[in-house]
Amino acid sequence: MKSPPTPAHVQPLNRRRWLAVLGSSLAGLFSLVPSRRAEGGGRERQKEAAMPDGYDPTRHRWLMALDINRCIGCALCVAACKTENKVPPEPTYFRTWIERYIIRKPGPGSGELRGSTIVDSPNGGRDGFPPSAIPRDQILRSFFVPKLCNLCEQSPCTQACPVGATFQAPDGVVLVDPHYCIGCGFCIQSCPYGCRFLNPNTRTAEKCTLCYHRITRGLKPACVEVCPGGARIFGDAMHPLPDDPLSEFVAKNKVQTLKPYLGTGPRVLYAGMDKEVR
Amino acid sequence: MIIELLTALPSAAPHIEGYVYPNEQTLLWSVLIVIYPYITGLVAGAFILASLVRVFRVSELEPAYRLSLLTALAFLLVAPLPLLFHLGHPERCYEPVITPHLSSPMAMFGFVYAWYIMAVLLLELWFDYRKDLVEWSKKERGVRAWIYRLLTVGVHDVSEPALQLDARMAKAITIIGIPSAFLLHGYVGFIFGSIKANPWWGNPLMPIIFIFSAVVSGIALCVFIYLILNRLRGLPQDIDCLDAMGKFLFLALVIDASLEALDWVHRLYAAEESIHVLKSLAAGKLFYSLLVVQVCMGTFVPLVLLGSIQLFRKRIAEGVRRWTYFGCSVLILVGVLAMRWNVVIGGQLFSKSLRGFTAYKFELAGQEGWLVALFLLLLPFLILAVFIRYFLPLKTDAGVHPLTELPDHKAV
Repeated sequence: MKSPPTPAHVQPLNRRRWLAVLGSSLAGLFSLVPSRRAEGGGRERQKEAAMPDGYDPTRHRWLMALDINRCIGCALCVAACKTENKVPPEPTYFRTWIERYIIRKPGPGSGELRGSTIVDSPNGGRDGFPPSAIPRDQILRSFFVPKLCNLCEQSPCTQACPVGATFQAPDGVVLVDPHYCIGCGFCIQSCPYGCRFLNPNTRTAEKCTLCYHRITRGLKPACVEVCPGGARIFGDAMHPLPDDPLSEFVAKNKVQTLKPYLGTGPRVLYAGMDKEVR
Repeated sequence: MIIELLTALPSAAPHIEGYVYPNEQTLLWSVLIVIYPYITGLVAGAFILASLVRVFRVSELEPAYRLSLLTALAFLLVAPLPLLFHLGHPERCYEPVITPHLSSPMAMFGFVYAWYIMAVLLLELWFDYRKDLVEWSKKERGVRAWIYRLLTVGVHDVSEPALQLDARMAKAITIIGIPSAFLLHGYVGFIFGSIKANPWWGNPLMPIIFIFSAVVSGIALCVFIYLILNRLRGLPQDIDCLDAMGKFLFLALVIDASLEALDWVHRLYAAEESIHVLKSLAAGKLFYSLLVVQVCMGTFVPLVLLGSIQLFRKRIAEGVRRWTYFGCSVLILVGVLAMRWNVVIGGQLFSKSLRGFTAYKFELAGQEGWLVALFLLLLPFLILAVFIRYFLPLKTDAGVHPLTELPDHKAV
């Protein structure tokens, strides 16, 4: 900026000084304030997530896998999750839920091998599934798909959080700090799998934590504990047990993930998945 | 195929059609998030109109210069409120500024906003008004004089070199301000455009579409306010100024409409996985707000009317042109509001499973209700009325009407 010819009096200096003050305040706002970075304090927040003393999140890599062929749709897992984690009963919010897929037989002469697909999840499957309105003889096949947080490697929810209240712990679990979350809902919109919701009581974002308070104490998540069909397989990818069910599952099945084309890198694995599952 | 799915199974919840993930059944972002991009868009657009005078020397627009800047400021002051009211924990609203998570576009809001209001708008207004503030602080009495004196922040130099510096500074700030205005609203577009989980939102064109719809709505707002203000004050309408605003409104609308058309052409041609649900959305839940209000009333009709004026200006009487500008500005303002609605609410009406739809539940009172939204839409007009009272006085002591007075930089 070219300074104007200085008049006899000193008024321009006055303005210049004022500009300097304004400039430095702006500089302060833009540089000094963010000094406390959001990533800090991760361990403290894990403590708040009920991590016991002595638990080292860097020594674990938790993972869940789902065997669709083994799910019978009893939805004990949904009820157990709601009870264990005090998930609000109303409205329809779930950390985990069960979807029922019904694939119709094709119409005669349609040239198709399969008919249309109908999906439902009444109350997340918590109260079981009523008999389908579609007559049995018109159904080609049907199956149940349990859903939960996909524990993405490149999780869009943690990327989107404006304060870093949701984060991926070193053990792979994506957690939310309810004392830090501002309740903007950006993470909920960013999750391609619909796994997050705004808890109407706390007014903060909530999601599956793999029952963090249990797994850090050597227990299984509540949903895994109650599953009668062995459809939910849980384990530690870093320290697999000798007869580890997770290792066995991966060895015996061809596995897939949900919406892999979005590049979120979901870690939750599915076996026996159909193309209709989204 | 989707239609078949929708009719195949009556859902348990009456407002759900087809299958929707359980957590998606209640809409998360309400009407407040509709008016937030609407208001910031008006700010950016009004500023761009003002910058045409400062940077591109469109002298016909000078009568609307200060009005546009004051309009931008009035709306900018209200812009953060819908966000604040929407937060689950408004008392934690400072956290994104104190501890921003740098990978989140939303964390940038405080910085973009602070930059725009402090480094651009307030500074430009101050340099533009400095001479008047000094004069008014001497001539006026009482509270008014006190306000003007406060706003001079102790700088009373109105010598010729100082005024030249003012004009140069204001121009420099406007030049910085144009990309800043684009940033302010492009950023809002990026908030939606970056959400790859949602095929209606996740789109690289989104920030650009937001910017041009912002320019369109901002110019329309200035036309609207300019006409109303002159009518209320019983002043003659400056038809040259209106014609110039109409011309730029038309140009911006052509670009905006082309971009939105391109978006749809691409969607339909590429026909990705989501196209069935998006087509059903446009033809069903968004039929009135998208096809009728946004496309027909808010885009097509103004395009034809404003385009006709560009072609046959000399053959159309002044009065007809005035009324056409007024009508088009109202249609465009409603149309762009509908566009924000279609983006924000429309993007939440279908499930990310692409298998069904939920419904928006009308809420009148309450934190995120329509009354709050209406209040937040009217508030900038109240603020603007105060600004006009203090900073666009009908008659100065010199007997010159500031609306027609040329700004100081004219000397440069």
